[in-house]
Amino acid sequence: MKIHEYQARDLFRKYGIPVPEGELCHSVDEVKKKVSDKDKLRVVKAQVLVGGRGKAGGVKLATTKAEAIEKAKLILGMDIKGITVEKVLVADAVDIDREFYVGLINDRNAKAVTLMASSEGGVEIEEVAKTNPEKIIKMPIDPTMGLMDWQARKVALQLFNDPKQIRQAAEILVKLYKLYIETDSSLAEINPLVLTPDKQVLAIDGKMNFDDNALFRQKEIIAMREADENEKKELEANAKGLSYIKLDGNIGCMVNGAGLAMATMDMIKLYGGEPANFLDIGGSSNPQKVVDAMNILLGDKNVKSVMINIFGGITRCDDVARGLVAALDQIKTDIPIVIRLSGTNAKEGLEIIEKTGLPVVKTMSEAAQKAIELSQK
Amino acid sequence: MSILINKDTKVIVQGITGRDGAFHTSKMKAYGTNIVGGISPGKAGQQVEGIPVFNTVEDAVKATGANASVIFVPAPFAGDAILEASYAGIDLVVCITEHVPVQDMIRVMPVLKKNNTKLVGANCPGLITPGECLIGILPGMIFKPGNIGLISRSGTLTYEVVNMLTENDLGQTTCVGIGGDSVSGLYFIDLLEMYENDPKTDAVVVIGEIGGDAEEQAAKFIKEKMTKPVVAFIAGQSAPPGKRMGHAGAIISSGSGTAEEKIKAFNAAGVPVAKEPSEIPGLIKEKLGL
Repeated sequence: MKIHEYQARDLFRKYGIPVPEGELCHSVDEVKKKVSDKDKLRVVKAQVLVGGRGKAGGVKLATTKAEAIEKAKLILGMDIKGITVEKVLVADAVDIDREFYVGLINDRNAKAVTLMASSEGGVEIEEVAKTNPEKIIKMPIDPTMGLMDWQARKVALQLFNDPKQIRQAAEILVKLYKLYIETDSSLAEINPLVLTPDKQVLAIDGKMNFDDNALFRQKEIIAMREADENEKKELEANAKGLSYIKLDGNIGCMVNGAGLAMATMDMIKLYGGEPANFLDIGGSSNPQKVVDAMNILLGDKNVKSVMINIFGGITRCDDVARGLVAALDQIKTDIPIVIRLSGTNAKEGLEIIEKTGLPVVKTMSEAAQKAIELSQK
Repeated sequence: MSILINKDTKVIVQGITGRDGAFHTSKMKAYGTNIVGGISPGKAGQQVEGIPVFNTVEDAVKATGANASVIFVPAPFAGDAILEASYAGIDLVVCITEHVPVQDMIRVMPVLKKNNTKLVGANCPGLITPGECLIGILPGMIFKPGNIGLISRSGTLTYEVVNMLTENDLGQTTCVGIGGDSVSGLYFIDLLEMYENDPKTDAVVVIGEIGGDAEEQAAKFIKEKMTKPVVAFIAGQSAPPGKRMGHAGAIISSGSGTAEEKIKAFNAAGVPVAKEPSEIPGLIKEKLGL
C-alpha cells in the first residue's frame, strides 16, 4: 500500500523526524485560509500516488502568498498520468546547502532490512545505483538488534563532517528505522534529506510503502488508504479473492496461479497479441470466483476476446467449468471465449464446457493463438 | 537419491486440524508420505486421518522422531510456527501459508541460521520426491520418478512444466517450489548446489520470475560451479514495469530484475531459456543428448 507525501510527512513528524512547515489543501479557498499571510518562498506540490509529478508540472515554486494561490489553482484539477490532482501540499521551501538520500527497504538478498544512504540525494537515486553503485552505502540490519547506534553513526559519518550534524542525522536514521518496523513498512525514503545554510538537517520529501500482508495489524496505516481509480478496481478484486491488474491490451485472461498467469500473458505477447489484464483466480475451486472474475473481465470495454487457462491442481477443472457456465448464464456477451483446462478433473470439466458450445483447446499455445485470432474478428 | 526429502522423511503437519491442513494431510498420506503427527495447541490426543495430534512441535518430535514439518497455519501465526519448528530441532520446514508479513520472515532468518534449519517458502506449493515423499499441496499424480531436478518460484506454472516433462518421459528426482515472496528460505543457489551433488540428478530446470536477482545469481553459480546442464524459463516477460503481479516478489524496479536481464544472464552462463513452457522438454533432451 502506498501513501501520499503529506501522509509520510505526518508519520515523520510523529516519530520526531524534522520536516519543513506545510499545509495540505483541497481547494484554492483552503490555500487562502490555511497558508499564513507572510510572503516567503514556498513550494506547491501535487499529492498523487504516481511518480514523475515534477516532470508533469505538479511541483511549482511561489515567492508570495498570492503566487502560491495562483500555483495551487494551476495544479489542482491537473491530470498526472491519468490521475486528477485533488489536493496540494503548500510547504515552506528551505535553502539547501547539500542534499542526501536515505532509505530503508526489505532486501531479498540480505534477507533483512537494509539501510541505504548516498551523498547524491535529490537526483534519481536509481540512476546513481546503476552508474555509481559505490556512492550508495548499504547497511543490512540485524532484526534481533534493530539499527544499532554505531551503525547509524557509521552511515551518518559518510554523509556529514560536523559532529553536531552527524548526531542529528544518526538520530533521524534511528527514528526512521523505528517508524519502518512499527508500521510494517516495505519502503521508507527521505529524498532529499537536506542540510540548510543554518546547519539544520531536514526531511524535504518522503515516500513510504507498506506491506499489504501486514495491514491486518496496522489499523492506523490502513486508515490512511486513499485508493485512486486503478487501485479501487484492484482492491475490489482482492476483496473477492482475486488478484487483478488492468493493462492496455484487448485479450482478457483468467488464470489460476500468479506464475501461470504471467506465463499466459507472455504467450499472448509472443504470438503477437496484447493482454488486457493480469487475473489470478487463486487456488480455491469456488464457482462464485469464476463468476466474479468473468464480470471484471467483461467490464473492461477494451476486451475483444477472453482466454481462460486453468491447470487444475487443487483447483478442480469441473468446479471451474461449473462456475463458467453459471457466469455465462448471468452475463449476456458477444465476446468470444477460448478455454483450456488441464490437470485435476479436466475430463469432467471439459464435458461440462462442451455442452455450452464454447471452443475448448488442449494447450496454452493453442489457446493463445485462438484468442488472438478471435480478437481480430 | 534425491534432495531434501525421501521415503525415510518423517513429516509433521503444523495446523493439521484446520481446513487446508486436514485436506492436504489426507492427500499427502494418500501419496505415501510418512506423516507421523500433527500439531494443534490444546488438541493433543485427538486424531486426524488416523494421525496423532500433539500440542507442541517439541512433543511431536519427542514422540515420533519427526525431521520435517509442513505449515498450514494462518499468516499472522506462520512466522511463529516456523520458529517453533526450528527450536524443536526440525531439519526441514516447509511453509505453505501465503500472505506472511515480510517483517515476520525477516525475524526468523537469524534463528534458522543459528539452529541450522532449512526453510522452503513461505507462500510455496512445497516439494516432492516422486514415488517417495510429497510435502505440501502439489498434485502428486503429474509427477514421475526420474533424473531431472526442478526449482520454481511459482505454483501452477510448475505443474504445467512438470506435466510436460512427464508426458515426454522425463521423470524427476526432486521438484521444489521455493515460493514467490521477496524474503524466503532456500533460494535457487542453495538448491542448485544440492542437485549438483545429487548423483541421481542429470539436469535441472529453473523456473524464474521477474523481480529480484535470484536468477542472475543462479546464472553466476551455474557458470562457475555447475557441471550438470540447466534449462530455464522466466515468467513475466510481458509485465509492465512497476506492476506487481500477485507475487510480492514479482516486482520490476526499473533496470533490475527484468526478464530481459535474467535471460541475458542465463544465456551468458550457457543456460538456454525457453520462449514458452512447451519448449522445455525439447531443450532438456537436447542437453542430455536424447
